[in-house]
Amino acid sequence: MLDLSLLPDGGASWLDASGEHADIVISTRIRLARNLEGYAFTPRARDGERLRILTQVREAFGSLNTIEDGVLLRVDELPAEDRLLLHERHLVSKELAGLNEQPVRTGAAVYLSRGVGIMVNEEDHLRLQALHSGFHVADAFRVLERLDAELGNKVPYAFHNEFGYLTACPTNVGTGLRASVLIHLPGLVLTKEIGKVLAGLQQVGLTYRGMYGEGSEVVGNFFQISNQTTLGRSEGELLDYLVRVVRHVIEREEEARRVLLRDAGYIIEDKLWRAFGTLRYARSLSFDEAMNYLSGVRLAVGLKLISGLSVYTLNKLLIFSQLAHLGNSEGRALTESEANVARARYVRETLAKEAE
Amino acid sequence: MVCDLCRDGEAVIQLTEIEGSGVRQLHLCEKCAAERGVETTIGASKPQISNFLQTIHEQMPGAKGEPAQCSFCASTLADFRATGRLGCAHCYEAFESSLRDLLRRVHGNSKHIGRRYVAPLPSELPHVSSATELRDRLKRAIESEQFELAADLRDKLRGIE
Repeated sequence: MLDLSLLPDGGASWLDASGEHADIVISTRIRLARNLEGYAFTPRARDGERLRILTQVREAFGSLNTIEDGVLLRVDELPAEDRLLLHERHLVSKELAGLNEQPVRTGAAVYLSRGVGIMVNEEDHLRLQALHSGFHVADAFRVLERLDAELGNKVPYAFHNEFGYLTACPTNVGTGLRASVLIHLPGLVLTKEIGKVLAGLQQVGLTYRGMYGEGSEVVGNFFQISNQTTLGRSEGELLDYLVRVVRHVIEREEEARRVLLRDAGYIIEDKLWRAFGTLRYARSLSFDEAMNYLSGVRLAVGLKLISGLSVYTLNKLLIFSQLAHLGNSEGRALTESEANVARARYVRETLAKEAE
Repeated sequence: MVCDLCRDGEAVIQLTEIEGSGVRQLHLCEKCAAERGVETTIGASKPQISNFLQTIHEQMPGAKGEPAQCSFCASTLADFRATGRLGCAHCYEAFESSLRDLLRRVHGNSKHIGRRYVAPLPSELPHVSSATELRDRLKRAIESEQFELAADLRDKLRGIE
């Protein structure tokens, strides 16, 4: 079984709750889509082409100065549980891990270093991504920009004078940049303001998704907000705009929380303590259930109703209570009902330890 | 438990209402909850790609003077319409004017104004065999029954080998 603790940062530095507004914004991710000249794009490429792309970039990875020594994982050679594990840890996309309708592609790989990763043979030949804890857009981009410049000197990117960086899907062309923040908005959901806020996002050219990107359901009041367009604005403009709008959403969320406490103090308090009680003592928890209660406890910590529980622990509970993570720590694949029991145990023990 | 309002459907939602200083608990079925403006689930936003695919179907008839297929990867506009993905970087040149219209609709703009990129000189790069590249393109052309292109590529390959 894959041991993620062997990665340079254990594949978990993005969970450490550093960074601005870490109780509301779990993480910031920025990715750049790049393709190599001389090959068909990944979906149309032949197995041999994808393997040659991998060989070509693998050589370049070995001599990168901008990031510390990374680890290259051949995703196409990993069993399904390990591919799911990487996806649950937000290190590879569903597409790269072969968790969509399509099976995993020959040549699918990921190069992982501290807070940075490069997916190879995703929908585009390269997807460079930086993943940071909290609301950390500028820092995440600085790392990525340097990495992109250095890598672009070692392998030739496909670039068009008018259209910019060329991508398999025209929705990514231009900058190839997608920045997204994973944000927790229980206040806006409880005050029923969320519909308006989300509709507003779409009007200003941003989009939202569930925790696991395109097509994923919104669970536990966690949303991903990202830019929709990639062409016709510079990288800096796209990022500034996202930052401005997300700041506004954070303000709305904080305002909603104040209203909740003011108008429904004891009802909210009761609801959140019940969520905490369930997590503390339940013997079986489904994933959705755990997410919803964790959302409640996270809100309670944000409102300072519950103390002594760190945001780092809450982040870890969110990620480590998923199916492949539970299986990984048990050393075998779990059925759903086994996972529910293991999940309840993991959550119980973690909360008990924190309470000591 | 039946719904407190219609006394018919099964109550699936517990709603706490605050009126003045009083609080009341209501047990509602999905339908009554929806009528009172309670969102029972928040669906994921529609993936952007579905709108995008629709745009391709409606707005991309193929401009005059554009080739039927890309000379590098043998993709056609029909392939693009079916998958929403272009075959290779050269498709952007082959279908340039159709794509320009599409990009304007999708992004509100068709001109990149972000970072510019200059590829390293070929002499600074590890050697990539052009024969291998041609062989890949030839196979793809044959598979998609683009025989004219295939013949052309075969000639080029013979010239190299």
